[in-house]
Amino acid sequence: MDIYLPIAEVSVDVFVLLALGGAVGFLTGVFGVGGGFLITPLLIFIGVPPTVAVASSANQLVGASVSGVLVHWRRGNVDFKMGYVLLAGGLAGSVLGVWIFTLLKRLGQIELTISLCYVVLLGTLGALMMVESIRAQLRLHRPGVRRRKLHQHNWMHGLPLKARFRRSKLYISTLLPIGLGFVVGVFSAILGIGGGFIMVPAMIYMLGMPTSIVPGTSLLQIIFVAANVTLLQAYTNRTVDAVLALVLLVGGVIGARIGSRFGARLRGDQLRLLLALLVLAVAAKLAFDLTARPSDPYSIVWEKS
Amino acid sequence: MFAGSDQMCARLGRLTDRISCRHFRLMAVFLFWAGTARAEALVADLTNHLIAITTGFTGASVVLFGAIDGPGDVAVVVRGPDRDVTVRRKSRVAGIWVNSEEVIFGNVPSFYFVAASRPLEEIVSPSIAAFYRLGVSNLDMKPEGMVPPYLADEFVTAFVRTQQHARLFPNSLGKVNFIGERLFRTTIEFPSNVPTGTYLVQVFLVRDRDVISGQTTPLVVSKVGIDADVFGFAGRQPALYGAIAVLTAMVAGWLASLPFRSA
Repeated sequence: MDIYLPIAEVSVDVFVLLALGGAVGFLTGVFGVGGGFLITPLLIFIGVPPTVAVASSANQLVGASVSGVLVHWRRGNVDFKMGYVLLAGGLAGSVLGVWIFTLLKRLGQIELTISLCYVVLLGTLGALMMVESIRAQLRLHRPGVRRRKLHQHNWMHGLPLKARFRRSKLYISTLLPIGLGFVVGVFSAILGIGGGFIMVPAMIYMLGMPTSIVPGTSLLQIIFVAANVTLLQAYTNRTVDAVLALVLLVGGVIGARIGSRFGARLRGDQLRLLLALLVLAVAAKLAFDLTARPSDPYSIVWEKS
Repeated sequence: MFAGSDQMCARLGRLTDRISCRHFRLMAVFLFWAGTARAEALVADLTNHLIAITTGFTGASVVLFGAIDGPGDVAVVVRGPDRDVTVRRKSRVAGIWVNSEEVIFGNVPSFYFVAASRPLEEIVSPSIAAFYRLGVSNLDMKPEGMVPPYLADEFVTAFVRTQQHARLFPNSLGKVNFIGERLFRTTIEFPSNVPTGTYLVQVFLVRDRDVISGQTTPLVVSKVGIDADVFGFAGRQPALYGAIAVLTAMVAGWLASLPFRSA
């Protein structure tokens, strides 16, 4: 059954959209990543214009993250203080990111930048997580394993403005989450995503937060970053398709429900290994697309009438 | 008739900028007059003057029909609203495909359709075909700035290919069918991604390799119903639209999480 999307100006099969939303919602539930890095390329693949795909998936992320946070919150797995500190940096970063986005769009290099950023970010993160989770698996199988410290402190944790994050069992410099939020905010705006796939590993490895707290806290800040992106895109580019976002959400919430139950049964290191594989697969696909000869080297862009 | 056309104008005025109300009314009068007045060399009309894009829109077809006053050939051209288009070409830089060249063309039809009762080269001379922009090769696309002709040609070819792939340009010449010697008809297909705006349907009567009569009829493609309201609202009140989109998503997300309470 086809549905006409008023802003995207194309008709697409409503069941394809529901399935797409469902698959991405599942990932949200399991890993606490928004799934924007998957939904945007998939939407473009089914014929939605890239600008609309980016903006509408941000809109969809708002809803998906709200439902995700509520679920994690009921289990007590959200560090609100940490979330708000990350968010402060994130909002500032997204302002810079939107400025860079506008500049690159004018130069016709935004798609290239997006792909390159994805390949570098996803490739690096995926490889790091892969190595770490495999090590963790090996350690488990060794007899007489010693209980590790809660987390390793490094020089960054000792920067000024230290604060206690009770839920995360951390006493670290506030500059660290603010800086992380800022960097993720810049990338969020350029890549049109919530930034969960950068945030989640950084929270685990850089901040040293307990894995169980990470998804909920990450989703909490994604709500606001995605809402900010939606508003900015609706206002400046008029590319937010609310109908598209809503259909994706319906599929997404079903997927997220299944996903978050599934995620609760998995161990942290297994979760990380799966996420690492997924991240590496997307990076490999994008790297291939960048280097393979395009089916058509030409592309056209209509000026807004 | 005029009360109706005023109402229609108000609606069209929001959706199209190419045609003013005055022009539209004039054209409506002209068409009305042309249809009833003394015998013309050529009369033609569409089965539908408005393509309404609704939620279930998967494309539309419009039949153009008409009559001519004696033997001759008929050519039909449909042009969508003109817009500027940027065509970019990728080339390999350090192993990666990068957009490296771009050519901008001004006032290019966003939709183009051409049909004739016989192959164009058989019924009109090349100069006439070029003058009336008959055929994709006669669109006369002019690049902005200094672009070498051979390069411009490559970009025009690529543009046409892209439009054909999107079914917005024809792959081949459409067929104008004659029923007897006087009556003719042709079907114009619009895909689901048809651009909105005012289209011009031009019908030409051709004799002795020259156009001897012509008629232009407007065709409006616009969004109607809830979709049009959403689209219009998003354009007029972008900040409010964005806020509502965010709030709707939040409420939907909250509703979605509710069943977990009982679980």
